[in-house]
Amino acid sequence: MIRKNANLPALVLTFILLVIWQAGAMGVNAAYILPTPVQVLVRLWELREPLFTAHLPATLLCTGIGLAISVVLGVGLAILMDASPVAEKTLYPLIVASQTIPTTALAPLFVLWFGYTIWSKVLVTVLITFFPITITVFDGFRSVKTDMIDLLRTFGADNKQIFCKLKLPASLPYFFSAIKMAIPLSIIGAAIGEWLGAQAGLGYFSRRMMTQLDGAGVFAPIVLLSAVAMLAVALVSWVEKKCITWRGDL
Amino acid sequence: MLEFCDVSFQYEVEDFDIIDRLSFHIAPGEFVSLIGPSGCGKSTVFRLVNQLLPRKGGDIKVGGQSIDGRRGYCGYMPQRDLLFPWRTVADNLRLPMEIQGGVAGEEMETRVRQTLEVVGLGGWGDKKPSELSGGMRQRAAFARTLLTGSDLLLLDEPFSALDFLTRIAMQEWLLQQWQNDHKTVLFITHDVEEAIFLSGRVLVVERTPIRALHSFAVPAAYPRTRECLTRPDMLALREQLISLLRREVGA
Repeated sequence: MIRKNANLPALVLTFILLVIWQAGAMGVNAAYILPTPVQVLVRLWELREPLFTAHLPATLLCTGIGLAISVVLGVGLAILMDASPVAEKTLYPLIVASQTIPTTALAPLFVLWFGYTIWSKVLVTVLITFFPITITVFDGFRSVKTDMIDLLRTFGADNKQIFCKLKLPASLPYFFSAIKMAIPLSIIGAAIGEWLGAQAGLGYFSRRMMTQLDGAGVFAPIVLLSAVAMLAVALVSWVEKKCITWRGDL
Repeated sequence: MLEFCDVSFQYEVEDFDIIDRLSFHIAPGEFVSLIGPSGCGKSTVFRLVNQLLPRKGGDIKVGGQSIDGRRGYCGYMPQRDLLFPWRTVADNLRLPMEIQGGVAGEEMETRVRQTLEVVGLGGWGDKKPSELSGGMRQRAAFARTLLTGSDLLLLDEPFSALDFLTRIAMQEWLLQQWQNDHKTVLFITHDVEEAIFLSGRVLVVERTPIRALHSFAVPAAYPRTRECLTRPDMLALREQLISLLRREVGA
């Protein structure tokens, strides 16, 4: 009961915004640039066959590979920077600086390098996604209390034991936060990649609909992308709740 | 059991030795309290014994041997229980054995179960630390300290965060534990009454830098009850220690 009530204000606001959109779009009456939400949903239904069988799997594959590489790379970099102060001093400024590069503006180059293969899209995804994972997980390692490290030292623990027995479990909440941040980013990355050059995928499909002046057709894959992102984040939150019953006890 | 020989230590940010050629000795099986005002360097003494800080000079011996290059020679119990919240109580107790290695899984299981019984937490092994009360958490932390297997226990204000009634219950409980296994205990506190009630000897940090510790024997035999604190000689010792500490705070 309480949980329902907690979500109620957000749901009401969403509903009001949708009603305003519907009314506004009906007033403008130009579905090719501003379709109504109802038109978008209808179009989503009409296009279900190509969207769900061809383009959604293509985007999910790209997102999945990109996210997996980002997790490995991000966690790996975080572990490296935690283990070695030299690595931290060398890498940390570079990683932060790398985020000032407008990846989306560079993305056309990746298409030149890798062509219309999946790897140009994966590269965009990784470049957008690995940064928050690295920084958040690294913060997680740093957040570990020194008195807990000291306690393990008095037991005779070496750095590896401190990492495995303390830092790894203690930074698990940070890891989950990183994943929840990374999922929408990786989907955005994949969609941007597909916009620029692809033969399949929801980003590609949306762009194709644009050239056909099909406003509702542009929105339909985007709605689908958002829904997938929300679903994935909800799934991760659920797993997190099962895994971490101690958040806040530290 | 524990011997300081001309030990010196200096913090990097300070320009003097906070511990300056300090020597003292604690016999096996003794219960000794170390008292002094906050910030006087009591905890520094502990951190030198468990090698969290490197000493500048002198030697520290435990069981007659220098501590250099040794590990697992003392059990340390910090002020906060520091139980890992993602582990069950039993798994927290396994931690020192997991780290020291060389104990088989079944043996660990048995020792954990026995120690939980000893500290009065039998049947609580599968609970998470958050399900325990403050006093129970300290007992679990004490059990974890026991499972380091060391005969020298360093207890750093272990009861200071507890409410008054829990604290005196824990003090009586700790004395009981000590009378059963007679480990050597060095106990840091800033509570004079706690020090007198528990220990056979009280070491006082009279001034910083620490060059010597003033030793006071407590004139009461074990086993003790709290009533002994009201005896005239105990009261006199209490007043003497308090005035000593106040003089330093005032100085």
